[in-house]
Amino acid sequence: MSTAGFNSQNGTGTGQTYTNGPSQNPVALQQPPGVGYGMNHQPAYNPMQTKVLGPPSPALYASGPYQPVPPGPQLGSYPPPPAQPLLTRPPIGVLPSHTPPQSASPGPGPRQAQATPPAQATPPPPAVTSTSYYTGPPAWQYAAPRGPAPNHVNPAAAAPPHMSHGSAQPPGPGAPPTSIHGYPQPGTAPPPMNPPPPHTYQPNRPAYGPPPTAPPAGPPGATGTPPPPKVDAQSWGAASSARPPTEPDTQEGDVECPGDVAGNGPQAPNSYNHVDNRMAGAAQPGPPGRHLGHYPSLPPGYQNTLAPPPSSLHPALQAATQPYIQGPQPYQQQPGGPGPDQLSPSMAAMSLQSGTPEALRVVNLLQERNLLPPAPVPAPTPCLTQDLQKLNCSPEVFRCTLTSIPQTQSLLNKAKLPLGLLLHPFKDLSLPVVTSSTIVRCRSCRTYINPFVSFLDQRRWKCNLCYRVNDVPEEFMYNPVSRSYGEPHKRPEVQNATIEFIAPSEYMLRPPQPAVYLFVLDVSHNAVETGYLSVFCQSLLDNINALPGDSRTKVGFITFDSTIHFYNLQEGLSQPQMLIVSDIEDIFLPTPDSLLVNLNECKELVQDLLKSLPNLFEKTMETQSALGSALQAAFKLLSPTGGRMSVFQTQLPNLGVGALQSREDPNQRASAKDVQHLSPATDFYKKLALDCSGQQVAVDLFLLSAQYCDLASLGCISRFSAGSVYYYPSYHHQHNPAQVERFQRDLKRYLTRKIGFEAVMRIRCTKGLSIHTFHGNFFVRSTDLLSLPNVNPDAGFAVQMSIEENLDDMQVVSFQAALLYTSSKGERRIRVHTMCLPVVSSLSDVFAGADVQAVTGLLACMAVDRSVTSSLSDARDAMTNAAIDSLSSYRQSALTIQQPGLLAPACLRLFPLYILALLKQKAFRTGTSTRLDERVFAMYQLKYQPLAFAMLMIHPALYRLDDLSDEGALNINERTIPQPRVLQLSVEKLSREGAFLMDAGLVMYLWIGRNCHQNFLSQVLGVSSYAAVPEKLCLLPELDTAESQRTRALVSWLRDQRPFFPSLHIIRDESQLKPHFMQNMIEDRTESALSYYEFLLHLQQQISK
Amino acid sequence: MAFTFAAFCYMLALLLTAALIFFAIWHIIAFDELKTDYKNPIDQCNTLNPLVLPEYLIHFFFCVMFLCAAEWLTLVLNLPLLAYHVWRYTSRPVMSCPGLYDPTTIMNADILAYCQKEGWCKLAFYLLSFFYYLYGYTAFSAICLTLKIMQYLENIHTF
Repeated sequence: MSTAGFNSQNGTGTGQTYTNGPSQNPVALQQPPGVGYGMNHQPAYNPMQTKVLGPPSPALYASGPYQPVPPGPQLGSYPPPPAQPLLTRPPIGVLPSHTPPQSASPGPGPRQAQATPPAQATPPPPAVTSTSYYTGPPAWQYAAPRGPAPNHVNPAAAAPPHMSHGSAQPPGPGAPPTSIHGYPQPGTAPPPMNPPPPHTYQPNRPAYGPPPTAPPAGPPGATGTPPPPKVDAQSWGAASSARPPTEPDTQEGDVECPGDVAGNGPQAPNSYNHVDNRMAGAAQPGPPGRHLGHYPSLPPGYQNTLAPPPSSLHPALQAATQPYIQGPQPYQQQPGGPGPDQLSPSMAAMSLQSGTPEALRVVNLLQERNLLPPAPVPAPTPCLTQDLQKLNCSPEVFRCTLTSIPQTQSLLNKAKLPLGLLLHPFKDLSLPVVTSSTIVRCRSCRTYINPFVSFLDQRRWKCNLCYRVNDVPEEFMYNPVSRSYGEPHKRPEVQNATIEFIAPSEYMLRPPQPAVYLFVLDVSHNAVETGYLSVFCQSLLDNINALPGDSRTKVGFITFDSTIHFYNLQEGLSQPQMLIVSDIEDIFLPTPDSLLVNLNECKELVQDLLKSLPNLFEKTMETQSALGSALQAAFKLLSPTGGRMSVFQTQLPNLGVGALQSREDPNQRASAKDVQHLSPATDFYKKLALDCSGQQVAVDLFLLSAQYCDLASLGCISRFSAGSVYYYPSYHHQHNPAQVERFQRDLKRYLTRKIGFEAVMRIRCTKGLSIHTFHGNFFVRSTDLLSLPNVNPDAGFAVQMSIEENLDDMQVVSFQAALLYTSSKGERRIRVHTMCLPVVSSLSDVFAGADVQAVTGLLACMAVDRSVTSSLSDARDAMTNAAIDSLSSYRQSALTIQQPGLLAPACLRLFPLYILALLKQKAFRTGTSTRLDERVFAMYQLKYQPLAFAMLMIHPALYRLDDLSDEGALNINERTIPQPRVLQLSVEKLSREGAFLMDAGLVMYLWIGRNCHQNFLSQVLGVSSYAAVPEKLCLLPELDTAESQRTRALVSWLRDQRPFFPSLHIIRDESQLKPHFMQNMIEDRTESALSYYEFLLHLQQQISK
Repeated sequence: MAFTFAAFCYMLALLLTAALIFFAIWHIIAFDELKTDYKNPIDQCNTLNPLVLPEYLIHFFFCVMFLCAAEWLTLVLNLPLLAYHVWRYTSRPVMSCPGLYDPTTIMNADILAYCQKEGWCKLAFYLLSFFYYLYGYTAFSAICLTLKIMQYLENIHTF
């Protein structure tokens, strides 16, 4: 035994067990693992005995319980150390996550191929290639230094899927009659279809302008035709030729005293660099003329109007949209606005699909069976003038449940639809960055100047939120883009709805903090059993250079079981030292200044520690977990600077403060009428989270556990400190390879993604509107201010709004989300998103503007709140009532002609389906056995995920895979990605001859039919027959066949679109996972839940009451 | 002596209600400050929470006094508030310290509006009961006084 290193300090358990109190154990780096860290000799942890000792620095270690670990009597029983203290855990450790083995992933090949071309490996393109800054450059910045590292998201693929199918939904008024649906006719035999009766909306909707004179946009029979990509792409970025929006009342406004015209001359530093969002490459070679004081003649984002890249607009669509130049112009808002002849084709197409008859076409839900569009549901476009809409914020960032804001609260109450915003403010996108010594803001409401303000003249602008008239500072008169003077309305701030400012020093309460990362790792017996430690250490080793930060970046490590272990990594040590504190009741830091160390200076020590850590605790027998104390210690360590704390926990904390008891009775899971224990058992974690929030510390929780861990209580630590929660049920390094891969990929993304520190987000809205409730992970510091110790690009937020004053004299209202954060490079930045929406006064207009996905997302958030504060059944009732109320209100108020059946406007036709999907979602379902932790995690996800991903978790997408073809395929980076139809979630859509992919957000199932084509089995799965499909198959083999390539391209494309890694399960009829697959068949009846048709009948019954 | 004890109860209730009125005003101001962004919700909850139980106990205390004094009408008038207090405190969120208000939910518009409304209602109730107790006190004092005078007069007559 090579225990010498310990013996010299600690003795060998003879008489002199304890040496000087705070002495330090070198972590045996090149030594056998588990030498001195046997956790099973209790005497060593008796604090009383330490009193005998004379600590050398009593002031610091006065309480004395901190002690070195003496080697215990059982030391001898440890097996001799392996000769090579390597990372064992063969199944995991051997694969570095950035180079997946050939068989490990369904698509490393394509993935690599896709990662290399444009973004990461090469210097970033000059950012002028795309029509839209939302689509162009890479989505994940931090992967850049790693060269062709695989990213989760294909940069070019990031945006298209949601917008690309803009007009591919069932074509407008001429929708085909649906006599083939499988529904029986309701008693009164209504007409088989509902042609768009113009009289139902026309009389009371004059505001939408002339009805379309042209046939609806989108190729007829949209299923077979390629989805037109990027119809609206031009509208987000292309704004150079647009005239500044001017409100009709430009002449009014009080005279401002010109006293506070800024004293800064035009020579003040004032730069405008377009794409500066790539934190990993600050010194990136930009295009010429990107430097301070030297402005490109046109900002790259604006050049696109001149030359839209042909690749982003499908030729067929271009052709298809050409005839619609005469499209309707919604909201003739400004007298001098562009006439219809100026409308761009894309705008015409968009307004056709949202604001015009199509959205209000009456659909009899009981008759029309195939309501699901063949492609993802697009976000509706607000009915704004072309100018405003061009400038408006992307729906991926900012989305409102009602794209037409009702004028009064009573109108909103009548519509019975929730009003709210769904935000994804820190989404990875490249956006214009402005450096300016003065940031122009409204003097009374502090709104940032945005594209929707109006310039009264060259010297004054009128705030669009509070209507105060402000002066234009002298500096703002100079336009760095065109290098001209006197055109404030051409400034980038006024041309972009999403913009980032480099904040001057008045936006700092203290010097910007460095990036600080602290990892808190569970090393109890249970944790070691799961084997996560080696995966974590390997991931961190692989990505240690990609951690976002600068030369000041600090890292630290804490491990814990029944004691807390700190690691001294101070520069100059030959190896890391482990310091153990066993007094968990009164936690203290043994050496406060050497536990968090500069990453660059101590990289070797950190790497040494990571290499030795998995072995260190291999033989531990300690089963208890003092999570609460470890969190307190970590908080103490981080509180001087703030930063990010990543907690890895594998069991219920059962020792010391914050100890929890098991509250779940597995027998009650399925039978109980109401689910108990959705609220936290203790407020310890919440209070600690609030303390963390105050010190700018965010806690991210990784829960890897097979047993109940009380996520409802533990999750509070992340929820109120703006962290994120990751949950890997039944994680095991051998038994559950799918979870291991997910954990690896998620970790890689987690470690390398962009991060903002000490952030706050304020949401402002036009006077008259007010914020009701926020949803997401944060602490609400005042009515409109969220405190976000960390902000990450994967976090979504939702806001419920209410209308406090009537918006009578307004035609548009605006919302502005401003996120102030410190980048990992120590820059203070402000990211501002502004969205503008029209105000309407009639109920049918409100319905026409409803965004069914956003409504569903917001309702889900509200239902989560309701189930925690009230009860789950209450929340379920509330959701059902939401559907009943809005549809009956539509029937009573907005519909002029009463027809039998369950009628809904076309824009809400999916509402009952989504509500039913929510009722069957893991978070809200009853009757089926759902583990409490999984339920709570599903609730967290509904609140935390951005809408696009939350929708997949609510209503999965089903594709048929055995007949994939290249027809209509997307072509991204020379990869062909087939675009199969989205099928309805019903068993009737399955067939034994096929193979079907269900994409449920966090997990994908590939279901193989019993009589699946031999071709598919051999060409894609590489097996000879159905019986040969293995029971647990989690990855698609890489075969060199066209079918295999298509399938893998589709799966990896779906995965790349999201920041987390969905695991793939290939299942047969006999598989254990088949029930999970079948539970997602939302339209079908289950033992405890209604089928879609029964649900519709239920709704109809309630409505007609 | 029953009369004098009841009068004493009323007098005590009068004084305590005055204190409760100050509690209610403080409550209203605190929530108004929250709504207008002047205060951090954590600080505000920390100042408000310690006041909740004293308020409830004071009210409970003079309810018990009225019970002892057999002032049934007054007791019945106070019972709804007493029941409300019991309900409110039993349905409070999970907290390790005494109090009602949770800084993480207090900024929710519904809860904020509810708390403000609660403050105004309580203020009104306490004001009304203040005058009621004042009336009760003076009435009982007057009765006592009259009785005493009558007794005194009787005593004189016996002479």
